[in-house]
Amino acid sequence: MKLTVAGNAKEYANGLTVAQLIELEKVETPQYVTVSINDEFVESGVFANTSLKDGDNVEFLYFMGGGR
Amino acid sequence: MAFSNEQLERYSRHIILQEVGVKGQKKLMDAKVLIIGAGGLGAPAALYLAAAGVGTIGIADADEVDLSNLQRQVIHSTPDVGKAKVLSAKESMNAINPEVTVNVYREFVNASNITDLIAGYDFVIDGTDNFPAKFLINDACVLSKKPFSHAGIIRFKGQLMTYVPGQGPCYRCVFREPPPPEAVPTCRQAGVIGAIGGIIGSLQAMETVKYIIGKGDLLTGYLLTYDALKMDFRKIKLPDVKNCAVCGENPSILQPFDYEQVACKL
Repeated sequence: MKLTVAGNAKEYANGLTVAQLIELEKVETPQYVTVSINDEFVESGVFANTSLKDGDNVEFLYFMGGGR
Repeated sequence: MAFSNEQLERYSRHIILQEVGVKGQKKLMDAKVLIIGAGGLGAPAALYLAAAGVGTIGIADADEVDLSNLQRQVIHSTPDVGKAKVLSAKESMNAINPEVTVNVYREFVNASNITDLIAGYDFVIDGTDNFPAKFLINDACVLSKKPFSHAGIIRFKGQLMTYVPGQGPCYRCVFREPPPPEAVPTCRQAGVIGAIGGIIGSLQAMETVKYIIGKGDLLTGYLLTYDALKMDFRKIKLPDVKNCAVCGENPSILQPFDYEQVACKL
């Protein structure tokens, strides 16, 4: 299936879950990442049992705490 | 109020812009902007807003200038080391533009001072370096219906979003709760390239100017992310959140509060 992940369209294995995608994409500080699929946030508690579908648009949003 | 010849010359490159003009410049001169944090983000934002002729700029920071700040905090100079950051910032701002009234607050924001602090300003810039402060600024601005620019930087990356009451999600809609202390690296631990503050802080100044003159599209409902190593800007659409703890339909946060501060001084 084709997913758009952080703006890049790529082929992924069917049935991939959000948790598996996070591991596959080597997401930094994975336990604190915010995920949206097709402009809806996904609760972190359900990453492991949320399967992605062909055409899904996935974004990872990261904490960035610096500034001074 | 008529512009003096000196003002017409100083602001001529603004006034000639169709989107600014005499009217827009007057709006800038009547505007009041509060910058929280006189560091990597606050430095460029303060310099550009002072140069732009924003009439009143407040700047809040309790720290003194440290040698390790000068790699990125371009509002301070080597002879300023040891001086209060807010005073060093005010000197630089008034050197660029003596017309600007700079109010200095030599304090860190907390739940007991923030509401009074932001009350006198039209727009707030978050230039802080820690999550408790970022969530506090978000909550206080949402509760006081105050527009603000959020930003964060680390290593070669930065991001920002703009909150305007009723026009899209707030910072807490996206990030919910601060991560536990030390879970996500700070600039002191992880490093930060100096120019990233210049880029992201300047974008905050740009959002502020656009808000004041009422032109263009603000970063409301979007998070703009920048990766300097990949030279990649991305404008990520943010979902609307109905159950946000502070700006949602049934908020549980009704007044600003402090999260425990990490013992970390940049």
